[in-house]
Amino acid sequence: MNTAAFIIIAVLTLSAALAAATLPQLIHATLAFAVAFIGVAAFYFLLGAEFVGLVQVFIYVGAVAVLIVFTILLTRRDPEKDHGFNWTGVIIAILVFGGLVWSILKTPAVAIGAPKIEALTVKRIGETLMTDYVWPLQCVGVLLTAALIGALILVMEEKR
Amino acid sequence: MSPTLQFFLIVSAALFCIGLLAALSRRHAIFILIGIEMMLAAAGLNFIAFWRFGSESQQSTGVMVAIFAIAIAAAEAAVGLALVLAVYRHYRTTNVDKLDQLKG
Repeated sequence: MNTAAFIIIAVLTLSAALAAATLPQLIHATLAFAVAFIGVAAFYFLLGAEFVGLVQVFIYVGAVAVLIVFTILLTRRDPEKDHGFNWTGVIIAILVFGGLVWSILKTPAVAIGAPKIEALTVKRIGETLMTDYVWPLQCVGVLLTAALIGALILVMEEKR
Repeated sequence: MSPTLQFFLIVSAALFCIGLLAALSRRHAIFILIGIEMMLAAAGLNFIAFWRFGSESQQSTGVMVAIFAIAIAAAEAAVGLALVLAVYRHYRTTNVDKLDQLKG
């Protein structure tokens, strides 16, 4: 694992995430959101989970970002421009971050390097999904179907 | 020297807190959804980091949980954005502070 690659990806991801959280224009924020998720996928590649990284790029950058852009286009005629910014949230976020970093640095069990492992191939992921995780897989299938139908019902025009 | 587990956990904590900031301080409904997605991604990053650095790395549990978390986050995004659209159609606004009809 490369330290330089880690630093570059971390700076890219966190600055893009900060831009997504603070930019006033929604469409710019969505672009920064997509960049941040490409950074997270790069972390997955760095950690040796290539399949999860690819799934992350397909779903977040390919589907969720496009979905957000469509929602922005459909809700564009919002008369009110200034949506305001609540500074209490900033204080709470900084406090939570301080607490998390303090607890991470105080735990000696997490100060470990990466052991050598054999790569987890897509074939093995597929086999595990179809044997040990077949019930969670079916439940996720039902959940996705329910979410699809629910989203359709929510946005359907009411008959008058 | 290669990065230890602590560095990944700190980056993940930072991503979580940026998502928390977006969810708490922005008043636009889509920004709140973006913040929630970021918090879910931070949790997935933690799962993968613990899987990679764990002693029983031959097991694929961490990867499986991350895949299921991504699938559930996609379902959540679809329903959340549909809710934003439905609310916009009724109230003609996406500002969550204006949705106070149930307030006593």
